[in-house]
Amino acid sequence: MTAVRPPRAYFYATCLVDLFFPDAGMAGIQLLREAGVTVAFPEGQTCCGQPAFNCGYWEEARDVARTQVALFPEDLPVILPSGSCAGMMKNHYPELFHGQPEEAEVRAFSGRVYELTQFLVEVLGVQLKDLGEPIKVTWHSSCHAMRDLGLNGEPQALLAQLDKVELAPLAREHECCGFGGTFSVRQPEVSGAMVCDKAADAEATGASVVLSTDGGCLLNVKGALDQKGSPLKVQHIAEFLWERTHAR
Amino acid sequence: MHAETDILFRESAAKALLDPQLRANFRRAMDGLITKRKAQFPDPADLQELRHLSTAIRSRSLLNLPALLVQLEAACTRNGIQVHWAETCEQANQLVLDILQAQGATRLVKGKSMVSEEMHLNAFLESHGIEALESDLGEYIIQLDGETPSHIIMPAIHKNKDQIARQFSQKIKDAKYTEDVDELTAMARKVLRQKFLEADAGISGVNFAVANTGTLCLVENEGNGRMSTHVPPLHIAIMGLEKVVARLEDVAPLYAILTRSATGQAVSTYFNLISGPRGEGEKDGPQAVHLVILDNGRSRIYGDPQLQATLRCIRCGACMNHCPVYTRVGGHAYEATYPGPIGKILTPQMEGVGVRHDLLHGSSLCGACGEVCPVEIPIPDILVRLRREATHQDPASSVAGKGTGRTDAEDRAWRLWAALSKRPGLYRILTWFATRFGWALPSGAPLIRDWTRFRTKPIPARRSLSERMRAERGTHD
Repeated sequence: MTAVRPPRAYFYATCLVDLFFPDAGMAGIQLLREAGVTVAFPEGQTCCGQPAFNCGYWEEARDVARTQVALFPEDLPVILPSGSCAGMMKNHYPELFHGQPEEAEVRAFSGRVYELTQFLVEVLGVQLKDLGEPIKVTWHSSCHAMRDLGLNGEPQALLAQLDKVELAPLAREHECCGFGGTFSVRQPEVSGAMVCDKAADAEATGASVVLSTDGGCLLNVKGALDQKGSPLKVQHIAEFLWERTHAR
Repeated sequence: MHAETDILFRESAAKALLDPQLRANFRRAMDGLITKRKAQFPDPADLQELRHLSTAIRSRSLLNLPALLVQLEAACTRNGIQVHWAETCEQANQLVLDILQAQGATRLVKGKSMVSEEMHLNAFLESHGIEALESDLGEYIIQLDGETPSHIIMPAIHKNKDQIARQFSQKIKDAKYTEDVDELTAMARKVLRQKFLEADAGISGVNFAVANTGTLCLVENEGNGRMSTHVPPLHIAIMGLEKVVARLEDVAPLYAILTRSATGQAVSTYFNLISGPRGEGEKDGPQAVHLVILDNGRSRIYGDPQLQATLRCIRCGACMNHCPVYTRVGGHAYEATYPGPIGKILTPQMEGVGVRHDLLHGSSLCGACGEVCPVEIPIPDILVRLRREATHQDPASSVAGKGTGRTDAEDRAWRLWAALSKRPGLYRILTWFATRFGWALPSGAPLIRDWTRFRTKPIPARRSLSERMRAERGTHD
């Protein structure tokens, strides 16, 4: 991994963060800025195309992906506050554009894609200072961040820098929360059973916040916890990191 | 569109979820298997090395499959094993029946074989007056209740000890009620022991068939495999045509990763190497050994470079054990011979992607299956590929039933999605409305209705990130 700090980087919001977790997106941008990165946020961002891609509608996914790739013409890192969407753009775009006229351009783009915590740890090597009160949190590994993109402990490494944050282990941490995009509406019963179990496991940790890298998991787990009236909070890691490192 | 199977998995799964006993049985069993497997692979680097080696062996075997099958037939024939080829399950069933009838065999004992489940062999033989008794304990248990396996290596895993105790006391003659596992096992053993001695023939599956030596390898824990293939005068082995490997040296790594991935055992209690019928002057073993090699759609799967990976499978069941969906609904919900993740990619390829479109969408694509697969079958990628095949008619594709899972409703939905998502101006307007009025969407609206059965309604933020960034730049909406 290069140790050169790129002075500029693109930020790709992803549709779920854009619409449901804008504070997390804002926090991600602020964390990057604080580390000395000038963040460009191009107009015209919609969706990475993963829902259609996963359902087998590749032409539709390609039509959308093409418009998104075009927003990031300069040879700069593209940073996403989502492991799932980053996995799509990094690993599946080359597959989606295989044999298409834009293949080379898309491959070059995919090579520039990073998930936020990955970029903070591997490229920027940020050092965080915890300014918050002692708190117990638990961590949900987003399946796509872990298995598709291949995150390897970067978020936990950031949390470990916060000396007043205790990380409580979540039972079956590596088991899917049941979101799975269209899965949650195509198989609502199984998806519901999965998220209810995840919510119960999260509550059993005694933590006050569940953290994750991904909007889909967050929306899902938050919905289930809120439904049962749980006081347990759900937060995107970017927002949590920003709050902990800035006195309110 | 196949209305009858469209939501088959969803409906069966929903029903299974309502059975707390079933869910508890699976959760406990799968958690145990995950822990046992993990203990067998303390070093992740060693595990990856063994996976790569096993993948390479299976890939190489498939690469040379036609030649290896020819070689296997020749080697088996040399060993005195009579080889038969079946393109379909009907042909395979008929072949088995013909062999049995030629010997006048009417009483069979069977070792565990998923291919025979695929053929529905027991029912076929019964309809011809031949009793086929399952001798694997799990298979015996489910046969007593007329059930099918709920797991490919632990067929009765959906039942717990108490359920089996009740069942034995009702179904086995002169059996007393006991919840003691050793006593229950002894009861089954007593019945089976007699059947082994009386049987006219034994039927088994094959874990690996070695091409250059003509050896049939059988992995088992109860000794019933050895009894079924050794005691009766006639042995019929059945295998899918993908089970062949080039040489004996190929078996060792595959065996090592199979038992560890499957049950978390370093070795199985029994490992049988069957190399032919009773020889001149030998005192035991069957007088005749037959091998039935079944295609049933496998050569079509073989023809596709990506989908061919499906045939690498060594039937360990680790994908099931680690699947969050399987763990919650159990094997019967899949309404297929092979349940769980491997079944989700295998069944639609055998029966048609349109017919079993429901299975293709029974996955959150979490990737746990691909992660643990000992031969690195990219199950999530294959699921996505098959979803595409189910809804599109690619002229170059050889997938069974391609394009027959397409529905107008889904087509329209993705066209609409693409129309909005590739037009940022339109998307911006839509987002603006969602942030202002998204809260007002009724909980009973389509899609939201299913979501809110278990969760609160997702409410968009009052201003999207894009809108806030525009405001920061001074270009307000």
